Amino acid sequence: MNVGIPRELDDHLFRRESGKMVAALTRIFGVHNLDLAEDVVQDAFVRALEVWRMRGIPDNPGAWLMTAAKNRALDVLRRERTARTFAPEMGRLLDTEWTLSPAVNEAFDVHTIRDEQLRMMFSCCHPSLAEEVQVALILNILCGFSAGEIAAAFLSGRAAVEKRISRGKKTLAASKRLFDLVDADFLSRLATVHRALYLLFNEGYHGSSAELAVRADLCAEAIRLVMLLREYTPADTPATNALAALMHLHAARLATRVDADGELNRLGDQDRSRWDSRLIERGLALFDRSATGNELTAFHLEAAIAAEHVRAASLDETSWESIVALYDRLLALEPSPVVELNRAIAVGQRDGAAAGLAALNSIEDRARLDAYPFYHAAIAELELEQGRGDSARAHFATAIKLSRNQMERRFLERRVAACDAVQA
Amino acid sequence: MSEFIYLYRTSDADRRAAMSAESRQQSMQAWLEWMRGLEANGHIKNPGNPLGTEGRVVRGKAKTVTDGPFVEIKDLVLGYTVIEAKDIDQAVELANGCPMLAGEGSVEVRPVAPM
Repeated sequence: MNVGIPRELDDHLFRRESGKMVAALTRIFGVHNLDLAEDVVQDAFVRALEVWRMRGIPDNPGAWLMTAAKNRALDVLRRERTARTFAPEMGRLLDTEWTLSPAVNEAFDVHTIRDEQLRMMFSCCHPSLAEEVQVALILNILCGFSAGEIAAAFLSGRAAVEKRISRGKKTLAASKRLFDLVDADFLSRLATVHRALYLLFNEGYHGSSAELAVRADLCAEAIRLVMLLREYTPADTPATNALAALMHLHAARLATRVDADGELNRLGDQDRSRWDSRLIERGLALFDRSATGNELTAFHLEAAIAAEHVRAASLDETSWESIVALYDRLLALEPSPVVELNRAIAVGQRDGAAAGLAALNSIEDRARLDAYPFYHAAIAELELEQGRGDSARAHFATAIKLSRNQMERRFLERRVAACDAVQA
Repeated sequence: MSEFIYLYRTSDADRRAAMSAESRQQSMQAWLEWMRGLEANGHIKNPGNPLGTEGRVVRGKAKTVTDGPFVEIKDLVLGYTVIEAKDIDQAVELANGCPMLAGEGSVEVRPVAPM
């Protein structure tokens, strides 16, 4: 007979569905019962694997999981409705069979799930939580990453990540209810959400994990969540669109920035034909939409810089004039030595290596860049361009000493080889 | 060809470990491959079903009912599959590939008694 095992299990199915299931379940159980919601999700996963491995994977595994979670939720509610208090929003709907099923069905409706995911995202960004806690919570609750997976992605210890998550969950549980989307603080909390998603994306794009797949997952999750924000009209602001644009425009280059072996590539060495044209197209459309208001944020300027890069056919044909101007505006908005460093590199491209070095040397608080390997690498590149191989090698050596992981180290070591080529 | 039943047994802890985020993908893949292999060689009579871990036991003349769950039990029956094999030796040999054996689990191979 035909066992009907039609396909492989999608790698990310559980991760993807987990956030939605937790959102629906906390709607019913209340955020103080977050652990119960997570147990129900875990039970649904166990049930799914046990049934599927014998009977085959169903045509719509996502819907199968949702139904399993719903049934399990009904069991829990019937068994524990006298012993526990559930979500205050549910009022007395859970008390009788007449209203129990409809209330649970409503919680699993796609629109409810979307809104609850947003409320959860805003709740994870509670101002009393450190940014690293916010990001870990978002990844764990909304993106279904385990503590082990988060630790691997951020190259941090599992115990530290577990501590962050449990600290965050305590704050969530103590808040009794999820953030209300019509709250007066909506816009200021939205800014915190932006910041957390920006950090999440950057960990994928600039981060420390050497595995391209891990980085791409983080970038994709940040994009998914920022696009979820856009679906909710009050959150569909110019800043949200600018953030979404910059994520798309950067993500389009990720696979050429870090190759499959986890090696970093310089912008000039990247094969531009392999940049993801679909992401670029979407990013540019989002960038257009971000210009609809009179709000100008750092996200706008970063997106504009990324747009200049993707529009250029090559490094030499890049409009460095515009990029330097954009960095100037970014500095006026949010001064930072790293931005000054990037500006100096752009000046070097526009006016030549000597001008670039002069710009680097005029960074006022460049002492703060001293521990940053790419500051020394930037000096080395400009020295190298002027044919001063020895000086370049010395600066690369400093950068290598400061490198924070194997990937950076290998990248810088390959650059030292370029100094040798100059000598020969 | 004769019929045999595989009874999959394991402890609840082992069952949960196989479902953790880190190993579930691998565990699932191993099972799918194993079931596909049996199917391709015509050994599957009925893929069977997993069993829930909660339940009741009705015992004796007094019809005493004891409650599950049986989670403390070390060899919880997790499910069954009906197999077709030449003889018990072949059925046992086929069971060697069962992913259940990667942990602390076991496969009990029992012939379906012929008429």
